Amino acid sequence: MERSYEKYFRQNRLPHLWCPGCGNGIAMKAIVKAIEMKGLDQNKTVIVSGIGCSSRASGYMDFDTVHTAHGRAIPFATGIKMANPELNVIVITGDGDCTAIGGNHFIHGCRRNVDLTVILFDNNIYGMTGGQASPMTPTGKKATTAPYGAVDHAFDACKLAEAAGATYVARSTAYHVQHLTDLIAKGMDNKGFSFIEAMVQCPTSFGRKNKMADPAAMMMWMRDNAVMKAAWDKLPEEKKTGDKFPIGVLYEASDIDYATAYDHVIDLAGGAGK
Amino acid sequence: MRKQIRLSGSGGQGVITAAIIYAEAAVAEGWEAVQSQSYGPEARGGASKSEVIIDKEPIYHPHVSVPDVVLAMTQKAADKYHADLHEDGILVLDTDLVPEPPKCKNVIRIPITKLAVEEVGKSLFANIVALGALTKIIGLVDLESVKTAVSHRVPPHTIDQNMKALQLGYDAVK
Amino acid sequence: MSKARLMQGNEACTEGALAAGVRFFGGYPITPSTEIAETMAKKLPQYGGTFIQMEDEIASMGVVLGASLAGKKALTASSGPGISLKQELIGYAAAAEIPVVIVNVQRVGPSTGQPTAPSQGDVMQARWGTHGDHPMIALSPWSVKEAFDTAVMAVNYSERFRTPVILLMDEIVGHLREKVELPDAAELDIYPRRQPSCTRAEGYQPYAPAEDLVPNVADFGTGNRIHVTGLIHDETGFPVGNPKITREAIDRLHQKIAIAADEITHVEEYCMDDAEYAVVAFGGTARTAYEAVLQARAKGIKVGMVRLITIWPFADKAIKALAAKVKGILVTELNYGQLVGEVERAVAGKCDVKLCAKYDMTIFEPEEILSDIEALAGGKA
Repeated sequence: MERSYEKYFRQNRLPHLWCPGCGNGIAMKAIVKAIEMKGLDQNKTVIVSGIGCSSRASGYMDFDTVHTAHGRAIPFATGIKMANPELNVIVITGDGDCTAIGGNHFIHGCRRNVDLTVILFDNNIYGMTGGQASPMTPTGKKATTAPYGAVDHAFDACKLAEAAGATYVARSTAYHVQHLTDLIAKGMDNKGFSFIEAMVQCPTSFGRKNKMADPAAMMMWMRDNAVMKAAWDKLPEEKKTGDKFPIGVLYEASDIDYATAYDHVIDLAGGAGK
Repeated sequence: MRKQIRLSGSGGQGVITAAIIYAEAAVAEGWEAVQSQSYGPEARGGASKSEVIIDKEPIYHPHVSVPDVVLAMTQKAADKYHADLHEDGILVLDTDLVPEPPKCKNVIRIPITKLAVEEVGKSLFANIVALGALTKIIGLVDLESVKTAVSHRVPPHTIDQNMKALQLGYDAVK
Repeated sequence: MSKARLMQGNEACTEGALAAGVRFFGGYPITPSTEIAETMAKKLPQYGGTFIQMEDEIASMGVVLGASLAGKKALTASSGPGISLKQELIGYAAAAEIPVVIVNVQRVGPSTGQPTAPSQGDVMQARWGTHGDHPMIALSPWSVKEAFDTAVMAVNYSERFRTPVILLMDEIVGHLREKVELPDAAELDIYPRRQPSCTRAEGYQPYAPAEDLVPNVADFGTGNRIHVTGLIHDETGFPVGNPKITREAIDRLHQKIAIAADEITHVEEYCMDDAEYAVVAFGGTARTAYEAVLQARAKGIKVGMVRLITIWPFADKAIKALAAKVKGILVTELNYGQLVGEVERAVAGKCDVKLCAKYDMTIFEPEEILSDIEALAGGKA
C-alpha cells in the first residue's frame, strides 16, 4: 500500500533504532502528516533536533536536518530561522534535552517568540542512556538515578512555555494520534514560537522500572487520564487529581514574531533590501 | 618629536573621552597616534587613566613611559600618576578637586570643574574644559582640529556648550 | 581626503568581519570584547544582516552555527569565561565542518580572573579547548589595522576550510585606539561560501571531500536535503560506528588543514638579517618586544624579532629555521608560559630557549624585555 507521507522519510535510513513499543515513531509520523497537511515545501523545511532518543528522528526525515548537541536545538534553530526566514523550522527535542540541559534556551526561545514549531517528545526519562531521571520524571517514579523514586518536582513544560512567552502551547499523546497531528499542524500555522508536548511511552527505560512494561498498557493509561481541554476547564479542582492531565490547545496568544520584529530594526537602520 | 600625555581622574569624569578626542584631532592632522586606557571593573567611580602618544614615526609600545603632560582631575589621581613625569613635564590639576598639589617643577592649576559648572552649566563638560587647556599647553594640535574632533563625537544638541567649554579651558591657560 | 582615522581594535575587528561578508552575529556581553557586539548591533542591520543577543555563551555559539548552516557567514565574540562555555560547540563546528569565527579578546584568568586586564593566557585553550582530536586555526593581531586584516583572514579561512577559526585578540589590541587606513572592499580577496559540485540527482554527497579535502556542504534550503551531525559520519553525512571510517574522518579533518599549513602560517621577521638572537612574540606583546629589540640594537646587540600572526597551526618550519640560525631565542608572552613549550618542541635543543613571562594585569615595559635580551646575549653586546 502506497502511503503518501513516505516520501518524507529517508527510506535507506530505516528501520529506526527505537525499541519495540516506543512512542517516538508515532510522534515522528504525526509531524510528517502535519507537514503533508500543511503542504510545506520539503526543500524549505528544516528539522533541528538535540540529543537523545527523540532527537534521532531528524536522521530519518527527508529534509535538511541537523542533529545538534545536547540541549542546543533551539539556539541552532533560531540561527537558521533568522538567517533565512523563508525556511519552516521544526524542532524535535526530548524532556531532558529541552527542560534540563536546554532549559535556558527553551525559555528564551519562547520569550523571543521566534517562529519555530517545537515538538517535545516527553517520555519522562533519559531513554538513550538507559533510564535516568529527567526534570519531567513524575515525583516518586523510579529511574536508575532515582532508585527510591524521584525526589524532584516535575516541570509542566506547557505552563513553562506559556509563562515564558510562547504564543501557541498544546499537548497531546501518542494514543491520540490524529489529535496530536492536528495540534502540530495548528502550531505550524502560528507565526511565532509554537510548543507541542507529545507524550510518548517508553516501556523499556521508564515502564519497566515503574510496573508499566507493557506499551499497550502505557497507552491505555494515556487514554484513561488525558482530559480534553474544554472538559478539563469544567472539571472542579477536586477532580483534577491523580494522574489526570489536560490535552488540547492549552494557550494561544497573538504577538509579533522575532524575525518580523527584527525586520523593523533593519528598516530603522536603513538596511532594508540589502 | 614624541609627545606622551596622560589623563587621569575617576570613572565618569570623561578623561578617556577627552583622550580619544585629542588623539582623533592629531590623526586628522596627519600624526601617528595611539590611545589606551586602564580602569577597574566598575563603570563609575573607580580610578581611570587614559594615555595618548603622538609622533611622526610609528608607535609600537602603546603605553606612556615618561609623560610630558599629566592631567589629574582628582587628588587620588594626582598622587598616583604624577611621579614619573618628565623633569620638564607639566602637571595640570583641577584646582578644587586637587587641593594638595604634589611637589612638581611645572604645575598649572585650573578650576576645571568649577568653570564647567559655573560657565557652561554642568560638571559634565569638565573633560572638554580640560581638553581645551591641554590643547593650549601641549601646543601640538591646533585648536581648530580639536574643535572638529569634539563636534564629531558629542551629541549634536550639545555642540554649542562643548565649544564654549573647550574655549574656556583654552583661554584659562595664561 | 585621507581615509586615516582613529579606530579601536575591537571596532576594526568588526569592520574586517563585515568586509569579509559576515552577516550574522550572536553574542553575550563580556569585557573586554563587548565593543564587538555593540558595533555589530549597530552595523549589521545597516547591511541587512542580523545581530542577536543570546541568553548565554552556549546559545551564542549555537545560534551562529545555525545561521552558518542556513548560508550566512557568522561570527561570535567573547572572552575568558565565555570562551570556556563555547567549547563544546566549537568542537561541533570542527566535526560537522561548519564555517564560523570565534573572537577571543583575552583577559586575565583563570575563572573570572581580572576582567579588564590584558593577558595572552588562552593560547593553549585555543588549540585544545574542546574535547577530542581536531585541527585548529588561530590568528593573533598586533595592531588595530591587523585586527581588521586578521578578521578578514579568519572569515576566509573558516569558509575555505569549513572549520572554526579563533581570532585570538588580547585586551591590549582590543581596546587600543590608533591611526588606521582601512582598505576598500574592492581591494580585498573574499572567499565565497563553497557550493555543491553536483546535484542531488547526480549523486551529491554533502561530506565527500573536494580535491583540497574540504567538503562542499550545501546550505540549508537549497534542495539538497542534507543531514548534519556531531557524530562521526561518512561522506553521506550520516553517522557510522565503524573504526575505519572513524579513523579516516578524523584523519581528513587534520589533513585538510595540514596540507595548507605553509600557506596559512603567517610569520613576520624584524631586524633578522644579521641577528644572533631572536625574540619570538605575538599579539599586543609584540609591540613592546619590538621596542625592546630596537633598544637592544641601539646597544649593539644583534637581536631581531619573529612575530607569529598565525598561532595555530604552529609555525614549526619558521621556528626550526630560526633555531638553525640564532644562538638563543627569547619567548615573550603575557602568561605563565604557554607558547614557549611549542617553541622548545620545534627548537629541539638546537639553541637556547628562554621565557620572558608576565601575568600581573599589566603589559610588558620595554625595559623588562630588554634586560632578558641582555641576559640571553650574555650581558654583553
